[in-house]
Amino acid sequence: MKKGFKAFLSIALAAAMIFGMTACGGGGSSEGGEEAAAEQGKVLNIWCWNDEFQSRFNDYYPGVAEVAEDKSTTTLEDGTVVKWTINPNEGMNYQDKLDAALLAQESAAADEKVDIFLVEADYALKYVDSDYTLDVKELGLTDDDMADQYQYTKDIVTDSNGAQKGTTWQATPGLFAYRRSIAKDVLGTDDPDAVQEALADWDKFNAVAEQAAAKGYKMLSGYDDSYRTFSNNVSAPWVDGTAVNVDANIMKWVEQTKEFTDKGYNNKTSLWAPEWAADQGPEGKVFGFFYSTWGINFTLLGNSLADPEGAQEVGNGIFGDYAVCYGPEPYYWGGTWICAAAGTDNTELVADVMKQLTCNPEIMKKITLDTQDYTNSVSAMTEIAEDPDFGSAFLGGQNHIALFVEAAQKIDMSNAGPYDQGCNEGIQGAFKDYFDGNVDMDGAKANFEKTIKEKFPEIESVNWPE
Amino acid sequence: MDKKPSHARTVIAYIVLIILTFLCLFFFYILIVNATRSHPEIQKGFSFIPGHSLMKNLRSVLNDANIPVLSGIKNSLIVSSLSAILATYFSALTAYGLYAYDFKLKKPAFVFIMLILVMPTQVSAMGFINLITKMGMLNTLYPLFLPSIAAPAVFYFMYSYMQSSLPLELVEAARIDGSNEFHTFNRVVIPIMKPALAVQAIFAFVSSWNNYFIPALVISENNKKTLPILIAALRSADFLKFDMGKVYMLITIAIVPIIIVYIALSKYIVAGVALGGVKE
Amino acid sequence: MRKVKGKEVSYAKYGYLFIAPFFIAFLIFQFIPLIQTIYYSFFEYYRSGLKIIGPNPVGLANYSALFEADFGRYAGNTIIMWIIGFVPQIIISLLLAAWFTDIRLKIKGKQFFKVVIYMPNLIMASAFAMLFFALFSDNGPVNTTLVSMGILSKPFRFLSSVWGTRGLVGLMNFLMWFGNTTILLMAAVMGINPSLFEAAELDGCSPRQTFFRVTLPMIRPILVYVLITSMIGGLQMFDVPQILTNGKGTPDRTSMTLIMYLNNHLFSKNYGMAGAVSVILFIIAAILCLAVYFTLNADDDSKRVRKRDRFKPRKEAVNG
Repeated sequence: MKKGFKAFLSIALAAAMIFGMTACGGGGSSEGGEEAAAEQGKVLNIWCWNDEFQSRFNDYYPGVAEVAEDKSTTTLEDGTVVKWTINPNEGMNYQDKLDAALLAQESAAADEKVDIFLVEADYALKYVDSDYTLDVKELGLTDDDMADQYQYTKDIVTDSNGAQKGTTWQATPGLFAYRRSIAKDVLGTDDPDAVQEALADWDKFNAVAEQAAAKGYKMLSGYDDSYRTFSNNVSAPWVDGTAVNVDANIMKWVEQTKEFTDKGYNNKTSLWAPEWAADQGPEGKVFGFFYSTWGINFTLLGNSLADPEGAQEVGNGIFGDYAVCYGPEPYYWGGTWICAAAGTDNTELVADVMKQLTCNPEIMKKITLDTQDYTNSVSAMTEIAEDPDFGSAFLGGQNHIALFVEAAQKIDMSNAGPYDQGCNEGIQGAFKDYFDGNVDMDGAKANFEKTIKEKFPEIESVNWPE
Repeated sequence: MDKKPSHARTVIAYIVLIILTFLCLFFFYILIVNATRSHPEIQKGFSFIPGHSLMKNLRSVLNDANIPVLSGIKNSLIVSSLSAILATYFSALTAYGLYAYDFKLKKPAFVFIMLILVMPTQVSAMGFINLITKMGMLNTLYPLFLPSIAAPAVFYFMYSYMQSSLPLELVEAARIDGSNEFHTFNRVVIPIMKPALAVQAIFAFVSSWNNYFIPALVISENNKKTLPILIAALRSADFLKFDMGKVYMLITIAIVPIIIVYIALSKYIVAGVALGGVKE
Repeated sequence: MRKVKGKEVSYAKYGYLFIAPFFIAFLIFQFIPLIQTIYYSFFEYYRSGLKIIGPNPVGLANYSALFEADFGRYAGNTIIMWIIGFVPQIIISLLLAAWFTDIRLKIKGKQFFKVVIYMPNLIMASAFAMLFFALFSDNGPVNTTLVSMGILSKPFRFLSSVWGTRGLVGLMNFLMWFGNTTILLMAAVMGINPSLFEAAELDGCSPRQTFFRVTLPMIRPILVYVLITSMIGGLQMFDVPQILTNGKGTPDRTSMTLIMYLNNHLFSKNYGMAGAVSVILFIIAAILCLAVYFTLNADDDSKRVRKRDRFKPRKEAVNG
């Protein structure tokens, strides 16, 4: 018996070694754009993390013939089938699944290969600075095509060699959306200019928070609401070499949020939690929310309604009770870029999708007028901003596009890096315990360090500001 | 003379049982009630009275491409059924091989299976994912049911059952009748094993239906996802949280079929647990 | 003699043939992966973004990193949450098993109760955890009900409290497993020779005395078995805390279990560290497996009594 088992063991070990060997060989290189002129595939695989781009595509891409009932596929007029692969974003889940698909790209069948994938600002560089994305100019987009786009939306997806690897239909300047009724009660006015005056810097903001608390309101809903206003104004990217450097501005967020929590200026919710969403609705008692473009038409509007299925008009919940102002500090939040995956067999179609959905000013303008999303066309946005007849019913008739045009000019993404999602989620998670009183400052710092090292094995140290 | 304390004990027993029954059923009651209520109703607070949004919630779950429930049910059914069939058939085959035949490695093979009887699959998950990636089985359903061929706990149950209910004389008789060994197994042994096969098939089905750890690591394509992955997505996907009615409805869809099957077969299942003695 | 032996040999190949699928499947899907897991635990091998680093041999570095990084703490969390669920589970199960099998106690609807208490075991753990998350969230039905009934003045934030979260995980584990344990213990109690109970009754034992002096000692082997299998189940604890805390083990990583920690490394594609965690888990599991092996074999007497009650008695062909 012993002999048999030993033989069995040694065969198994040998097999394991062989597998081990092959594992060593499979490096991560791939040849980009080689098949550019090759035959075009009949299936376009698009990877994303929610249905925002999907609905833009289905509603505005000119070639759409039919959308499947369950929306899992879209058929184009030339018969090409668009297959949607949607994986939730949180906890780097989307990146993880996408990475696995991209690493298997070379061996995948033509119709299984990723053709387009979307990336967020928080990790765009990871893909941009790799061989897994194609240069949009090689695909056929010209500087002329993209002349009307915001420069920062091009800079962030430009790799270290100067090649632009993605393009977007939106720009995402952030604003502070406040409740008119609460502003009137606390400040005596709901006029955006006056409210902006009252919230122009953090000292003033904190003072209003105190006034609001005195009247039984919360200034913010949760811990992470003001996070982006701090994290977008840092002095350096998160990661330098193998070290994570926590910026002093991040610690300002910690300090402010702890103060808000201890003084009862917030409702202790977390971003995207049901309680957070409820705070934006008819039962909410929260002064305002930091939201960028998509958040106002995509999230805040939906949350404000008493009957989500009902008409989007004044009378349904608190529709019409929000207004926007710049807030204490300029910031941006989110943004989605369309990247062409190396190895795609649909280069022509990919190029056309990019052209139509990110460069066509007519389509850009239509998206903004229909959905109030802020699109990546300087001329179209300026036109709407200057249109005296344009106003958002949801924001009580305010022309928020005018504010976005202003705020968009201040967006600075020079400190964005490939590690941002992991670091942002990590720091928010670690300090939630601190705000909740479960750990002290050192405990929260230690937990952040552990999380980072689990997420990014290559990180060797975490440095905190003095 | 023992009547009195016995009476008090009966009362206590009933109280404890009713509390436990309440605990076991109450959460499902809330679940089902909330699945019939609309999001704003749920946000306003809990109610014991069902709402009128059952069909609306059902429709919004079925029409949401981000949570492909129908393909989720289909995938879960495929994986769980095949797991149940493979686990029971091959465990019975293995048990029969060790029970009915004498060969040199018989005892070591038996001891080996007994040693790994309760070994968690998680310990080799890393190598497993690596392996199936190299075999090109990532994002396929195969790695979710093929490993069921080797199910030590099911084997142990089958083996015990054979010891008690399968006289080797029957096998001998079949041999004398000229039946070949596979034929004997499929035509003589399997029918005798039916009760054991049924009980273990149910358990294998349920444990596969509920499995989350490995499928979550293997599957990323929406149309290959099984129900537990869809449920887990509810917890992390921000865009799904805006309609709690939908959330409750999806959970209901994931667990109600199992409860219905369970209630229909509860007699056999409860008896099977008593027989089994091995948790997976 | 020779004749018989010759006959056996001619059938032996069927033995190998019949057990072959099991061993092949085991070899491919468990054994090779396990060897690979162990092998890579000695390497630096991970994915950094889209680049693969390694594998570079690093000896025991992964293991020392593991123990520096709170491995013991996650083991402690796992044990604590297991105990929170297991202690009430075993007490309630013993109590119910004693009641259900006590002929002096006439409980109506036994079958109904058995069906009900086993039901949570069949529920998808992920769905159960998601349900609890929804029910016990800050504004969830449990909080709103407690506040409106005046029991709480403001919502209790279960999932922001260490013992709230651990307690919920324990409660779910308890609910999922106590029915199963009850039914196992009942089977064990019913396997006890009835004459022992009759003798105890004749001697004037109270139900309590009977329970502690007769029932408990007689079902000790099955209790050991339940304990060890439950420990193995506890070691595997994942779905419930993972989904309840969204994989974060919040608050302050106090509900992070060993498998969740493993999952974090698997998720980051850190094969070296994931391998090291797996190896330690494997060693713990192997010890528990040995324990199961010996309880099933050494304490076979009582097992057989139990079986005899259910199946027809038969001498075991292979025994220890």
